This record gives sequence, C-alpha cells and structure tokens, in this order.
Amino acid sequence: MRERDNEWTGLMRSANAGDTAAYHRLLKAVTPVLRAAARRGLARAGQPVDQSEDIVQDILFAVHLKRHTWDENAPFAPWLFAIARNKLIDALRRRGRRIFVNIDDFSETLPGAQAEETLPATEVTAHLNGLPKRQRDVLQSISVDGHSIKDTAARLAMTEGAVRVALHRGLTNLANKLRVEI
Amino acid sequence: MKTDDLIRALASDGKSRWRVGNLLTVALLAAVPVSVAAFFIEMGVRPDIATAVQNPFFDLKFAVTISLALSAVALSLHLSRPEATLRGVVLILAVPFLLLAGGIAVEMMLPQRVAWITRLVGTNSRICLTAIPVLSMPFLAAALVALRHGAPAQPALAGAFAGLLSAGLAATLYAAHCTDDSPLFVATWYTLATLLVVAVGALAGSRVLRY
Repeated sequence: MRERDNEWTGLMRSANAGDTAAYHRLLKAVTPVLRAAARRGLARAGQPVDQSEDIVQDILFAVHLKRHTWDENAPFAPWLFAIARNKLIDALRRRGRRIFVNIDDFSETLPGAQAEETLPATEVTAHLNGLPKRQRDVLQSISVDGHSIKDTAARLAMTEGAVRVALHRGLTNLANKLRVEI
Repeated sequence: MKTDDLIRALASDGKSRWRVGNLLTVALLAAVPVSVAAFFIEMGVRPDIATAVQNPFFDLKFAVTISLALSAVALSLHLSRPEATLRGVVLILAVPFLLLAGGIAVEMMLPQRVAWITRLVGTNSRICLTAIPVLSMPFLAAALVALRHGAPAQPALAGAFAGLLSAGLAATLYAAHCTDDSPLFVATWYTLATLLVVAVGALAGSRVLRY
C-alpha cells in the first residue's frame, strides 16, 4: 500500500511538471481503486452497481479540475480519497440515500482486484451532445478516436492552441453539467 | 463515453491552473478599492486621527483586526484543500484573541475616567454593526469567487472563514473611523459584527463552494 501511494505521488509530481504520460498512467492506475469503492458504496446503499462508472467519471473530473489544490509535499492518496469520498457521497445523496461513506472503502482496496468495467457510462455521453459542436468534435477526436492534439488540429483544420482551448472548455462544461444535476 | 476514453481526454488537457492562494490575493486586492471608496464616501477617518495613533489602544484595534484577517486568510486557504481539517491549524486564531484579551487585561489595570460598562457600550455601536458587514461584502464576494477554485470538504465552514477574513479586513478599515478605542468595545461590537459576516459567509459558502 505504501509503495502504491508513493508511486502515485511520484506520478502526480511528474504530471504537475508537465509529464502528460505520467498523468495518463496515474489516472489509469487510480481508476480500478475508485471503481471498487464506488461499487461498494452503491451496493451498501442498495443501488445497482452498474452505475459505478458514472461515479468514477465524476471523481475523475473533480480530480482533474481540482488538481491544483494538491500540495506537492503531501502524499497523493489522502487527497484523492478525500475527493472521491466527497463525490461518492454526492452521488449517493443524489440517488436519494443518506449514507455514511467509510474512508476505508478507498484505502483498503487492493488494486487490480476489480474486473474491468465494460458498460459505458451514460451521464457523460448524454451531456456530450449538449456541448457546442467544436468542443464535441475535439473531445470525440481525442477521447474516443484516440487522436493527439496535433492530429486533431490537422483533422479539424484548427490551430493546436484552439484545440487545447476547446478541449479544456469542453471538459469544464461537461463537469459543470454533471454538477448541475445534483 | 468509456472511462478510458475520458482519461485520454483529461490527460491531453494540460492547461495549467491558478493556485487558489494567488487567485485569492488578486481577488482581495481587486476588492480593496471598492471597500476603501465606500469607507471614504460614507465615513472617512476620524478627525483626531493624528493624536489617536499615539494611543496604544487605538493601535491595538489594528493589530487585532489585521491578525484576524491574516489568520483567517491562512485558514481559508488551508480549508480549500479537499483533505484538510481544522485540527491543529485553528490555533492560529489565538493570535487575535490573545491580543484582544491582553488589551482588556491591561486596560482593566489602568486607572480609568469612565466605568467599564460605559466603555463597553461605547458611543457608536450601531454604526459599527452596520459598517463592518457592509464594508466586508466586496471582500466576501471576492473571497468566495477565488475559493470556488478550491475543493473544500466542508463548504459551509470554508465560507465561514471567508466571512471571517472579510470581516477582519472590513474592521481594519472601520477601526480608523471608530472613536471607541476600548478593547471592551472591540471585543463586544466588532465581534458581533464579525459573527454576522461569518454567518453570511457560511450560508453563501454552503451554496457556492461545493465542488
């Protein structure tokens, strides 16, 4: 566990220094842990666990948009779990239950213990269609089609700067739309 | 959208973000002219300011309000982190508290011309109760805008500290107008006015500081 936490902290430090690959690896690494905790929270609240992916994505949005609140000198895991816990409580509340989420839900999860989630999340997909076309196209190109910023710029006849702006705005808009539902 | 796809999009979004502290500094600096203008238009400094500054009890008011504002700024920033709790750090508020308590103790030991209850009641408590909340509003609005970039675990608590820092800054302005210099007056009326702003901040925070 200590080793995992140290690895995450190291990855996040690299990410803050501009290492996109490290950031990508970090998000991939934390996702199974978040997923397991979301499932457990849903199960305990008597909710169908197949909604866990919406919660995972909600947490990932918050992690991304609030990443500047992480203190480089502090370990990453407590910061992550605090955000995850907050979002999980929100999600369960939204589903009509008041529930106490135990912090151990997160910290005791063994990575890799959870099966891959195959169901696509519905909430983000639904909101995607409400975005301005530019932002939607850029998001689609980078996320689903897996193109780089550079390739996306070429495909959509935009500058790389414009792609970056559209991507950032699109992600922020999506996160806000998820929040409004609460 | 699959989570892996979302992660790819998030990882490509490398836009660097403002730190909450920098944003709070800029926002509060932007609010200063608004409150200062309101202060000079509505009340201004007291006429005997030149002699008042030689009175240590007049100066003490600024030590109390400035240390209150600074410690509340520090606590607001601390609470803007998702994993932060008040444990331990809240002791920083002892600085303004002890300054004020010390002032009261010293004043009590000195011979006085007027009774302590008269000093406590003062002459312009009603202005104090209005001026501090009104002057604090630009600061509170600025602080809340900046703190929205944070991720507080307890939005109402974070809002309360935003109220506290705003009241501290507003009281620093108001203290230059206020002719009641007794620490007893400050402890009573400044505190009441501050609590009003803290309540407004907590209420606003519980709505706008959720992330």
